[in-house]
Amino acid sequence: MTELFNIAVIGAGVVGCAIARELSRYNLKTVVLEKGSDVCSGASKANSGVVHAGFNNAVGSLKAKFCVQGNEIFEHLCSELGVPYKRTGKLVIAQSEGDVKELENLFEAGLKNGVKGLSIVDRKTVKMMEPGVEGVAALYSPNSAITSPYLLTIAYAENAAMNGVKFKFNSEVTGIERKKSYFKIYHDGDYTQAELVVNAAGCYADKIASMIGYTEYKIYPCRGEYVLVDKRWSHLITRMIYHVPPKDKSVLGVHITPTVEGPILLGPTADFIEDRDDTSTTMPGINQIIEEARKILPSLPSHDSITAFSGIRAKNKSKEEGGLGDYIIENRRDSYFINLIGIESPGLTASTPLAKHVVEMISELIKLNLKEDFNPIRPAPIRLAELSHEQRAELIKKEPLYGEIVCRCEHVSKKEVLDAYNNILGVKTLSGLKYRARVMMGRCQGGFCTAKIISILQNDLKTPYNGILLKNPGSYLFTGKVREEDEKDVK
Amino acid sequence: MLNEIEVDVAVIGGGPAGLAAAISAKENGAEKVLLIERGSRLGGILNQCIHDGFGLVLFNKSLTGPEYAEIFIEKLLKLKIDYMLNSMVLELTPSKKLYVANRNGYHLVKAKAVVLAMGCRERTRGAIKIAGSRPSGVYTAGLAQNFINLQNLMIGRTAVILGSGDVGLIMARRLTLEGVKIQAVVEIMPFPYGLRRNVVQCLEDYNIPLHLSHTVTEILGRSRVEAVKIAKVDENLKPIPGTEKIIQCDTVLLSVGLIPENELSRQAGVEIDPKTQGPVVNSMLQTSIKGIFACGNVLHVNDLVDYVTVEAQKAGMWAAKYALNELPEPDRKEIEITLGENVRTVVPQKIVPGLDTSLFFRVYKPGKNKTLNIIVDGKNIIQKKCPSITPSEMLKADLKGEYTLNAEKIHVEVCE
Repeated sequence: MTELFNIAVIGAGVVGCAIARELSRYNLKTVVLEKGSDVCSGASKANSGVVHAGFNNAVGSLKAKFCVQGNEIFEHLCSELGVPYKRTGKLVIAQSEGDVKELENLFEAGLKNGVKGLSIVDRKTVKMMEPGVEGVAALYSPNSAITSPYLLTIAYAENAAMNGVKFKFNSEVTGIERKKSYFKIYHDGDYTQAELVVNAAGCYADKIASMIGYTEYKIYPCRGEYVLVDKRWSHLITRMIYHVPPKDKSVLGVHITPTVEGPILLGPTADFIEDRDDTSTTMPGINQIIEEARKILPSLPSHDSITAFSGIRAKNKSKEEGGLGDYIIENRRDSYFINLIGIESPGLTASTPLAKHVVEMISELIKLNLKEDFNPIRPAPIRLAELSHEQRAELIKKEPLYGEIVCRCEHVSKKEVLDAYNNILGVKTLSGLKYRARVMMGRCQGGFCTAKIISILQNDLKTPYNGILLKNPGSYLFTGKVREEDEKDVK
Repeated sequence: MLNEIEVDVAVIGGGPAGLAAAISAKENGAEKVLLIERGSRLGGILNQCIHDGFGLVLFNKSLTGPEYAEIFIEKLLKLKIDYMLNSMVLELTPSKKLYVANRNGYHLVKAKAVVLAMGCRERTRGAIKIAGSRPSGVYTAGLAQNFINLQNLMIGRTAVILGSGDVGLIMARRLTLEGVKIQAVVEIMPFPYGLRRNVVQCLEDYNIPLHLSHTVTEILGRSRVEAVKIAKVDENLKPIPGTEKIIQCDTVLLSVGLIPENELSRQAGVEIDPKTQGPVVNSMLQTSIKGIFACGNVLHVNDLVDYVTVEAQKAGMWAAKYALNELPEPDRKEIEITLGENVRTVVPQKIVPGLDTSLFFRVYKPGKNKTLNIIVDGKNIIQKKCPSITPSEMLKADLKGEYTLNAEKIHVEVCE
């Protein structure tokens, strides 16, 4: 008899993984089904990494409520999960007198939503806080912060896995059958059975919902492109710098964000598109981002980018409807099937309160017993680059593999790569190593370390060449050997 | 806790520049010379350059990269120069302290003089902002060369190469010889960017199409590369709408330029020339920080390894003299060279009055039958005929010390 799970979460983005972690506090058998080869294969790895304060969201909305709650607990959350967190604060810049009115509106909305510490500052103060920024006034939010969106998602998932949650990757759900007391969920030629399903499928949440007859939901994919600027320029700003939101209000517009790793992130654009997997970047998009960022920070160079990427927002309102809906979290027709529809920004900030809300819904259906040995702590991985000289010396003495540097841009050691490889989720792709250990992520974008990593995969970890993948199946790196290896020199 | 080592000259980088600098430092009297290499063997990037063409200037022979490197490695061993492999300098301070990590521990190297010889890295897809999806199968040319020549791994079956830099051209031939179909080499400039001999020997000899004034505008494919979109560009290098063409391929190789790797130099506070992206140096190859010298591709990207060797020999010699307190103290300020018509870069940027100096230039635009003029205090003292110039090939001129002993101004230009 195939294993019956209590709960199946579909989608291992930040929301799915946060839910998995909250569920792992209880004596439940939980499984997460993910179509990608790793957690955060979609929007959760391609966003600004901003811990929002909550003044951008409609008063009284779920977005506002969960965002404000999330902001309050975020620092603690990151310390439990070993994830970087930095309270940089945020400035929303008015560049004309007309913009100032918008700042007041944001300020009012913020107050009503319960956001603390907001103030409107004048041109002089803007210049004092951010000498490179051009503006006549700004809304200052001291509680806005930054984190790493992918490291948080990975940490949620790892902590959930530590506490017993099972993850199935490369498992795209293709059909769901309602049985008497459970669901049969089909994926990649296999199936999983669970009493209750949480649909956290992001851009595909409407498709998943429709598999058991909820046809009323519709997701409108909205692509956001980003450009990452070399960390050499990180001194140009210390806080997040936003324009006042554009007139159509469905997005926050191009902004300039410090990242926890140093480089400056520019973006995103907003394009409603048809294909919800099309994370391409475009020339007009990249040019628009740089142009808009330079309007507000003229000293920003236009030539020193490291990479560009895009993520797809899962909107539940179309462009024509204004693109701005609230989160939909409901189980109207089948109480054992919970749909999360349109969980876009501030989904990262809101992830844990949102997950707790879902667990509460579940508690009305399934009796939940707290696990006695739940461990909320997921230790931060050791990063040689962040240590003092004395700490490095001590560490290398204890474990010589910390002394072997694989990535010259980000100073990542072989031990860190091996630790990333041995992650509890079992992810073995290059992209998985990249997000976990920061190799291939620096300014050379893997120009040097990829060769070393491939050599480690082949020689130390005995991965055959055709088992080396960038990410999903099909993203192979090598098509064969140049020469057969058993050819021996004939003397 | 840190393992402290004191040396006269520390050389960072064990490629052709580092090897020659270390040897020269030792030969010029420095007793304790330490060469620090991050790779697992000496020779640097030469190890993966199994094609020939190295050593034509210095040895009048066409050697492969490893053969060329071997000459210097043997000499280094014979001179009993200390070297560390698999060792990475994580920090360089202005007072010439180096923090070095390897499997034996974490070391603090205190050097009297330092030679920077870290080489360069390749520009990436992100740096040139190629739009499109992000599948596997996009490699920089040098990374592909590493896989094929050192790791015995084949990277694809059909390829498009963006950029006609030397590494790209050589990889076009290398891949062709291994059975890969090179669909096209695409170059954004109206002229090829590699050495003329490489264009002939690597493309023309194999009938590989070169599309000048074209660029890759988009990469297509979700898991693995499936095709690229290319387009013609206008005189501002902007793609011309309507000229797009799709070329099927499973591999994209990028050969879009090299960038001197100066992260350590910047950390130490060394002044960087925004055009060469290497340190600003004087006739002694000394940077803006006294006792820190630079040579090879970390200083400026060279066309020929032979030039790197000669330059590094000088850097090693001056570093040794500095360490031994024998560096002549010039009685006058250094003379900054000003750049005139069609001169993009010069190395060194500053002349020590009275010292013989080899100058290397790069131009902005290609041309035929031009003259390189070096004008000292208004007097045109060197006129060098250049039958054919191109931005991809360096021009060299030797400026005798006697001309600069009392000079105030030095100006260079390339004109009709």
